[in-house]
Amino acid sequence: MPASKALRPLLWLALAGLAAMVLSVSVGSAGLTLADTLAVFTGGSSELNRTLVLELRLPRTLAAFATGGLLAVAGALMQVLLRNPLADPYVLGLSGGAAVGALLSMLLGLAGALVGASAFGGALLSTLMVFGLAHGTGSWTPSRLLLTGVVVAAGWGAIITLLLAVAPTRELPGMLYWLMGDVAYARTPWPAFVMLVLACLLVLPVGRSLNVLARGPMQAAALGVNVRPLEWSIYIGASLLTATAVTTAGSIGFVGLVVPHMLRLVLGNDQRIILPACALGGGVLLVLADTLARVVIAPEQLPVGVITALLGVPAFLYLLYRSR
Amino acid sequence: MSTLQACQLVIDIPGRPDGNPLEFSVAAGQIWGVLGPNGAGKTTLLHTLAGLRPSRNGDVRLGAQRLNDLGRREIARQLGLVFQDRQDGFPATVLETALIGRHPWLSPWQMETGDDLARAEAALQALDVGHLRDRLVSTLSGGERQRVAIATILTQAPAIWLLDEPTNHLDLHHQVAVMKLLKQQAAGGKAVFMCLHDLNLAARWCDHLLLLYPDGEACWGPAEAMLVPSVLEKLYGQKLMTVEADGAPVFVPARE
Repeated sequence: MPASKALRPLLWLALAGLAAMVLSVSVGSAGLTLADTLAVFTGGSSELNRTLVLELRLPRTLAAFATGGLLAVAGALMQVLLRNPLADPYVLGLSGGAAVGALLSMLLGLAGALVGASAFGGALLSTLMVFGLAHGTGSWTPSRLLLTGVVVAAGWGAIITLLLAVAPTRELPGMLYWLMGDVAYARTPWPAFVMLVLACLLVLPVGRSLNVLARGPMQAAALGVNVRPLEWSIYIGASLLTATAVTTAGSIGFVGLVVPHMLRLVLGNDQRIILPACALGGGVLLVLADTLARVVIAPEQLPVGVITALLGVPAFLYLLYRSR
Repeated sequence: MSTLQACQLVIDIPGRPDGNPLEFSVAAGQIWGVLGPNGAGKTTLLHTLAGLRPSRNGDVRLGAQRLNDLGRREIARQLGLVFQDRQDGFPATVLETALIGRHPWLSPWQMETGDDLARAEAALQALDVGHLRDRLVSTLSGGERQRVAIATILTQAPAIWLLDEPTNHLDLHHQVAVMKLLKQQAAGGKAVFMCLHDLNLAARWCDHLLLLYPDGEACWGPAEAMLVPSVLEKLYGQKLMTVEADGAPVFVPARE
């Protein structure tokens, strides 16, 4: 495929990303016009507007973008690994593990970065459990993996309920956010952003190998792919991306499912295009969903995870219904 | 020109005795056929020869080197394999499928060039599926998919071709077309090694045969020496009648 043809959809997605971010920083309880927002970036606006946009809204918008991108890329990678379009970090129970990690550390009285680290550990532990148990001695069959994920997620759900039941009342609001996912609590967008850029750079040279791997491990090996090392790298990479996303914004579901699926319908299944497209498309989706979450019942705010779940559940059921 | 060699090779099928170790070499220009009843280990043998499964004993050599000492990419440049069953988890077009045959020849940062595309298109034409290039593989018939798979190995262009039941799902005309293509490839210096269900195709097109028994025993040699009715009857556990047609023996299962 000529490079120019591959770049065009990415360019459009990047423009959509910019537009979504401008919209996101303009919309809110203190509404700004497009001109107001642009003035902030060109340096000709009031101090109040500048603080509002640059210090309050922009970090949140950037966090939403990076989180959405990470989840979509992680989802797309897991789908190639399992050769199953239904794989998604949330469905596979990783987010539940992260939530348990975060809640436990909060119960122990930890705060800030330690809660994040604990969530990260929870997500990784959950990935290892689900993939390890579902793999067993054979290979990752789709039904076994999904079932393992669902059952592990149910287990995490029970532990979460237990933790909430024993938690002091004043801790509850902060804890609930981990369950549904909410970018309002994102402290800084930068770790997620760095991770997203790194992921995009690292997957580009293995893109063609991933295309071959999507045909099955035996076929890939026969065509010169070192299957085992590649599978492990994807597996660990996708876990790291998910853990970073969950640490930034709690457990936001279904982005990793909906975005790759929609993009594949339009762009085909060349991973060299799909993966960067997922990074951008996931960002766009989550920025828009977060904007929506802020305005639906304004001045109250919804956790963004509610919006993505309302989009994702029908999409998941539709995919499951259509798959033979 | 590389040669595929089995050196005291015992394929690993759980619970089966070793039988006699395989010791043969498939040289450029030869067409080998593997015959045996269901479950004799034909597919396992093919996968072992491709280095996709560990052997129980002995080893496989590609030219002067042991297969285990070579990287997958290096192997894929010299040896290709057409599988009996293929999974398609994600939709892919016919052209994309043929084009992955170029994978071992491209570096990680390289995109496919016009030359790669031309090779894939020529391969699709040679297998009579050129007109399907933009169709999704999942929408094709079994025989068309089989031809796309063979077009993929033709795009890969290895020196050694391993094929698992290459005539599966093919109609009579395309069976002959595929066999002619293999013959032509062998004449051009490739080595062909394939499993076949159809005794008569093997008798007609192969110059060497390997008979594989379910208990691990095996014998091999030039085709005319192997096509002995009594031996074949023992192989399949089926009485056969032999007739001569078009200058080659034709074996017909007796009605008992």
